[in-house]
Amino acid sequence: MPIDVDVAHVAGLARLALSPRQLDRYRQELSAILEHASRVQKVDTAGVTPLSHPLMLSNVFRPDEVRPSLDREEVLEMAPESRDGFFLTSPALE
Amino acid sequence: MPSPLLSVVAAGAALRAGETTSVELLASVLSRAEMTESELHCYLNLDREGAMEAARRADEQMARGEERGPLHGIPVAVKDNMCTRGLETTCSSQILAGYHPPYDATAVTRLRQAGAVIVGKTNLDEFAMGSSTENSAYGPTRNPWDTERVPGGSSGGSAAAVATGSAMAALGSDTGGSIRQPAALCGVVGMKPTYGLVSRYGLVAFASSLDQIGPLTRTVADGALVLQAVAGHDPADATSYAGPVPDFSAGLQRGVDGLRVGVVKELDGDGYQAEVSSATDDMLGRLASSGAEVEEVSLPLFDVALSAYYLIAPAECSANLARFDGMRYGLSIKKATAAATMAATRVEGFGPEVIRRILLGTYALSAGYFDAFYGQAQKVRSLLQEEFRNAYQQVDVLVSPTSPTTAFRLGERTQDPLSMYRSDICTIPSNLSGHPAISVPIGLDSKGLPIGFQVMAPALGERVMLTVAAEVERIAGFCALPPPALAPPTEVPL
Amino acid sequence: MKWEPVIGIEVHVELDTASKMFCGCRVSFGDPPNTNVCPVCLALPGSLPVPNREAIERIIRLGLALNCGINPGSVFHRKNYYYADLPKNYQISQFDIPVCVDGWLDVESDRKAFRVGIERVHMEEDTGKSVHVGEGGRIHTAAETLVDFNRAGTPLVEIVSRPDLTSAADARVYAQQLRAVVAETGVSDARMERGSLRFDANVSIRPEGSETLGVKVEVKNMNSFRSLEKAISAEIERQTARRLAGERVVMETRHWDETGGITRGMRTKEGSSDYRYFTEPDLAPMIFDDSWVEAARSTLPELPGPRRERYQRMGLSPASARVLASSDPDLRRLFQDAVAAGAAPVQAAHWITGEITASLRRREASPKDVPLRGRHLAQLTQMVGEERISAGAAREVLEGVITGEGSPSQVARARNLEQISDRVALEGAVEEVLDAHPQAVERYRSGEKKVRGFLVGQVMKVTSGRADPRAVNQILTARLEG
Repeated sequence: MPIDVDVAHVAGLARLALSPRQLDRYRQELSAILEHASRVQKVDTAGVTPLSHPLMLSNVFRPDEVRPSLDREEVLEMAPESRDGFFLTSPALE
Repeated sequence: MPSPLLSVVAAGAALRAGETTSVELLASVLSRAEMTESELHCYLNLDREGAMEAARRADEQMARGEERGPLHGIPVAVKDNMCTRGLETTCSSQILAGYHPPYDATAVTRLRQAGAVIVGKTNLDEFAMGSSTENSAYGPTRNPWDTERVPGGSSGGSAAAVATGSAMAALGSDTGGSIRQPAALCGVVGMKPTYGLVSRYGLVAFASSLDQIGPLTRTVADGALVLQAVAGHDPADATSYAGPVPDFSAGLQRGVDGLRVGVVKELDGDGYQAEVSSATDDMLGRLASSGAEVEEVSLPLFDVALSAYYLIAPAECSANLARFDGMRYGLSIKKATAAATMAATRVEGFGPEVIRRILLGTYALSAGYFDAFYGQAQKVRSLLQEEFRNAYQQVDVLVSPTSPTTAFRLGERTQDPLSMYRSDICTIPSNLSGHPAISVPIGLDSKGLPIGFQVMAPALGERVMLTVAAEVERIAGFCALPPPALAPPTEVPL
Repeated sequence: MKWEPVIGIEVHVELDTASKMFCGCRVSFGDPPNTNVCPVCLALPGSLPVPNREAIERIIRLGLALNCGINPGSVFHRKNYYYADLPKNYQISQFDIPVCVDGWLDVESDRKAFRVGIERVHMEEDTGKSVHVGEGGRIHTAAETLVDFNRAGTPLVEIVSRPDLTSAADARVYAQQLRAVVAETGVSDARMERGSLRFDANVSIRPEGSETLGVKVEVKNMNSFRSLEKAISAEIERQTARRLAGERVVMETRHWDETGGITRGMRTKEGSSDYRYFTEPDLAPMIFDDSWVEAARSTLPELPGPRRERYQRMGLSPASARVLASSDPDLRRLFQDAVAAGAAPVQAAHWITGEITASLRRREASPKDVPLRGRHLAQLTQMVGEERISAGAAREVLEGVITGEGSPSQVARARNLEQISDRVALEGAVEEVLDAHPQAVERYRSGEKKVRGFLVGQVMKVTSGRADPRAVNQILTARLEG
């Protein structure tokens, strides 16, 4: 069964300014891919613990030690815009 | 000048014997690159000057008797999704055009410490998302065996560079087959180690629980050497394996006598090229003749592994790629608000496949769909790992084709994402389980295209995997064949 | 119909570990912008988080101090949302398995004592800081945002209370006493002016006596106790007014506007609160076995609640015990030292919460800054008890000790403040006064008994007030009657 995706909503969550044409194209593609992916739903997983780590690791920590930070000039050189040691962006308020 | 198609083992021996120098080896692969790059486009960035400096340094160290190991002075290529300090790192994406990382990935640091000479950064599918290296913002890489065909992906640049001799070895990354599948399509050896064996620090993340760095080389023995150099615990990666690292080169000569080899029943049949299936069958027969106990093993969940993968990998990628927002580095399309700047930058900077996967993953994680998609996929993953565990109680290794087909034509699968995704049907299960797997070339199909054979092993089972892979390589006798599509190198390789 | 408020509080606490939660950058306040940043906390491509063990030890300690259970296994999640000062555009936080769950804090105010349930205490990381630059002097200067990532990645603990509070005043007391626990456990500098503690409140109202909860509104952006109380009051008022006008309360997030004294709704895009939590694949799960938890418990200091009870068992009044229990640790140490040196607890507490606190406040000094010690306080109370100095002189002696003039007896001697109870000396003084005032003696002897008060006063005068008044009375009576 084809899955209808509200791509505009999903694109909003993912911060992607898609055009109406793009939205339409991705809606069709996602529908087909999800139809295939939904095959996982046929597997009986009652009582199964989801696996999020392939290795059985636990309690991996670092000691509370200060390490050198980056040089600010090098950091701000990467920035699209900067001022007085700050990253400069368009206003966050909408 | 030495041949650019020397194995790492042979080149290293020649170096130590004083028969050649690192500068000569580099000059050899660089001149090979001069000859092939315009056609193949393996590299996004050839670091001629930096590499030459490193080669000179390697020679000086060697002259002083400071030998750093088997990779000392060897020209190695690095996939462009691993950070290299001061050397542009783009992940084949517009969004990182011009980005110069302020640090080296741990794997790169270890290559440098081992004395390797980093030739340059190889092409890939944008952010390693793809199976053909066609999803590169900077143009595709072509297969050295037939330039009308893809090299596979996403580590297509690394695979093609090693195949053609513009690097003696390369690092790639493998999230769903991105080392093994291009290795198979380019006729080289490609290995995905156990998850956690090689630090991911500095590898630009695609899907964190699946990504793993590994070598692409011309021989199995070379793969063992490169893995040895980059493997081992890294305190900067909390998922890094902290146990001892074995000697991967020991046991390559052991042979398969008495080893139990399981053929995965589900990885054959519809959709598999007949020549791939028959070459695989042929290899199984010859392994049996060498003393292996070959039996068929069924892992039914392999049938849904692809589906689970195309939920889990996009979900993780949707978060991993959220940081590319035009705020701190990389492309930035300035708009009236920060939110609009982010949204415009991301649409402009990401290619269609990356956007497709971000949307897919965002959807799979979103309220109301999480349980049915991402949550369910993680449970399937859990069951799949159990299925693997059971299988490894019966056999020492599992084997299959690496790719259902040999190299396909450029553009052949770009219009149908699902057909492209199916290229990874044989390789994905090992990523989901975190287990090691390797692809070894075993011959050519009737069109003269390489066929890869996959050997899978349980977690940290690299040694038995390499033992079997070395035997497969010996039986196939493939590694000496140079790709015929371009002018062959002047000297016959060792 | 009367409406009653139901309030839950979320407190964010910045830990003052040496380094950040997931990288080795320094945790520091007030450094030049973007100087404590690295690939990890700037979310440069390829960087990976590694958790700070000390931060985890601290959240466990804080959880235990709040009577929480420690989950035997706990995991980090990614909380996904886009914001310019959130470098990864996801926050590493915790979702369904936080480190600490199901605790409580016993709160005691002047008016009442009550228990506030703690639903969870979880570990996360702080964001960077945005400075919003307003419209500039020129017409065409657009507003913009300056971002500093020094704070990004600072270990942040979120303490979520149950909706157990019923007034803005109670919420304030809860927050204050929670801060005391945070300070006491040493997990944070707990400095309000630095934003080390920040508050959000979940406020709803319901008809008095109702058991069901009303529609919840989250009020954000309070960083002082005063603004927490004011914001909650304002929100309760707003909701009550709406309900009385027959309007609905909408589930939303509102911002506290300190200057306007009101809460303001935020224009939020639909779906923006879909955080798409999933297990953080870059981090391994945490497993806390009993030995770990017990080791953390053994590092717990005595907390204000139990301490209050202990003081009461020592004989202090509930009010005095409450004040002392939440006072400066150095003052409490002074109390313990004084008691150990023999002071009566009630007397020691009386001096500490009264005169000593006032004196230090006048000097803007902390107890550490002055040479007053427990043995001094013990001696002082002893001298008063033995009537070697008067109550008035005792205050003067204390000042002398605080200004470094020596022990109480040294100060009393040097300043001539000790009472004269020596019989011979007092008899001499009485003789002197009787000789000087023959008419007064006459009037007394003729029956004008009240003149005795005048004579006592004269004796006190010639002894500079140091004479023991009871002894003077005795001697005077004997001489006049004899």
